[in-house]
Amino acid sequence: MSWLIEGVRKLGTVGLFLVRLLGQSVLAFGRPRSIALQIYNTGSRSLVIVMLSGLFLGMVLGLQLFDLLQRFGSTSALGEASALALIKELGPVITALLFAGRAGTALASEIGLMGATDQLAAMDMMAVDPVRRVVAPRFIGGVIALPLLTAIFDCIGIYGTQLVGVGMMGAEPGTFWSQMQGAVGRHDVVEGIVKSLVFGALCSLIAVYEGYHAEATAEGVGLATTRTVVNSAVLILLFDYVLTAVFL
Amino acid sequence: MSTAPPAAAGGFARAGEPGGRERAPSGAGAADDAVVRVQDVHYGIAGHTIFAGLSLGVRRGSITAVMGPSGTGKTTLLRLIMGQAQADYGELRVFGENVARLPRERLYALRQRVGLLFQNGALLTDLSVFENVAFPVREHARLPEPVLRELVLMKLQAVGLRGAAELMPSELSGGMARRVALARAIVMDPEVLIYDEPFVGLDPISMGVICRLIQSLNQTLGITSIVVSHDVHEIGMIAHYSYLLSGGRVVAEGTPAQLTAASGEVVRQFMSGSPDGPVPFHYPAGDYFRQLIERAR
Repeated sequence: MSWLIEGVRKLGTVGLFLVRLLGQSVLAFGRPRSIALQIYNTGSRSLVIVMLSGLFLGMVLGLQLFDLLQRFGSTSALGEASALALIKELGPVITALLFAGRAGTALASEIGLMGATDQLAAMDMMAVDPVRRVVAPRFIGGVIALPLLTAIFDCIGIYGTQLVGVGMMGAEPGTFWSQMQGAVGRHDVVEGIVKSLVFGALCSLIAVYEGYHAEATAEGVGLATTRTVVNSAVLILLFDYVLTAVFL
Repeated sequence: MSTAPPAAAGGFARAGEPGGRERAPSGAGAADDAVVRVQDVHYGIAGHTIFAGLSLGVRRGSITAVMGPSGTGKTTLLRLIMGQAQADYGELRVFGENVARLPRERLYALRQRVGLLFQNGALLTDLSVFENVAFPVREHARLPEPVLRELVLMKLQAVGLRGAAELMPSELSGGMARRVALARAIVMDPEVLIYDEPFVGLDPISMGVICRLIQSLNQTLGITSIVVSHDVHEIGMIAHYSYLLSGGRVVAEGTPAQLTAASGEVVRQFMSGSPDGPVPFHYPAGDYFRQLIERAR
């Protein structure tokens, strides 16, 4: 029973933190340079890992899908199948998982260390709300960066599929692109964007929450970082199911 | 030993009588010009009592020392004064305002009148020395860049670090970091400046520099200073009035000379640095000799 009470208590704490964060986020928009810096920190620095992962995943899709579709004599659907899989599902989910591992941990440990070295307390003592000055720009930066990273992941992934499916396996290039163009609609793109926005908010919230509430010790910051990855991964997959069910 | 300032605290709270302080603290708390007034404060964390009826007052324009053995809640007292924590019972007033009842906006307005020097400096590690000192001004005032630059360099000059303006915090020594933090604490011209263990880990030269800075800020700018420390010698040189905390309350108070002359057991042990006395050196444990014998058996 105590775990239930603890769970509800934690949920309440996260909820209150989110309300405070959203309130301060509105004010944080008054400092666009600080948000731009955080988009660079969280987005640009995750770019290489996202692009490489997107390329390799696309190449694997090219191999697997071509092999599967060949059994049914429908290799013409390669472009359509890979694009839909990437835009609606794999792109948002894999990018979010990579983002949680790369940028989420960096955010949690950075804020956690600022807390451990009294930097957040010092801001508070100087009448500067650390949630507005430190946490909100990082949260907003993450929410904006993830959809952009997802779009890049999707494009590179499709290129990877084309590289292997068309270049190596021999699928017909005209069919590949025309099938994709005909099958992917606005609804599919919107689904991908909504998912990446939700995952961006989720990953960023977990990272800044864990960092802000980390115990002021080396072990505390380490645990906060670990919790960021684990909680993000589980919640991304849970929310992915919920959102997929909603969009179907 | 410093001479009493015009608003010397010695006048508003009688010195700790020989034998320590066994009287009510109303003398300190009742002072009309008390900038900080702590009245019968009780505070505990996780069932552990930190304060049990703590009362003290800080007079405007004075340097007041809060001393006591490690773990007596000196830093906790600062957190209560700054409104970072709330007392379980009792009242803390700063500039006459009950800090526990202030909404965030008014608490922040009050904090702009009070500077706090953290034990470790707490400099923002991603900003240069210049930007660290400029930080509160950028946040609270819209000064033209040339004016801001002059202001920051003037404060850095006051702590002797104008030449280090472009360095990063990681390039500073402990003493330098604390001086930068001091420059940052005074850049908004606070009326009260609180120092949390300003002498910890400093070499004698840095310690002397910090001592002189605290004194000169008090004398030249009239900044009321609260110094939390357990360095009896350094405090004795600069403080006008001192409180000695132990067991969750004030056990002695007075000018440094009066505290040195006090005969209470806790006071004598603390002032002489003796391991034997009412403040135990050892954390409570069973008899060591008996444990060794039992283990041998």
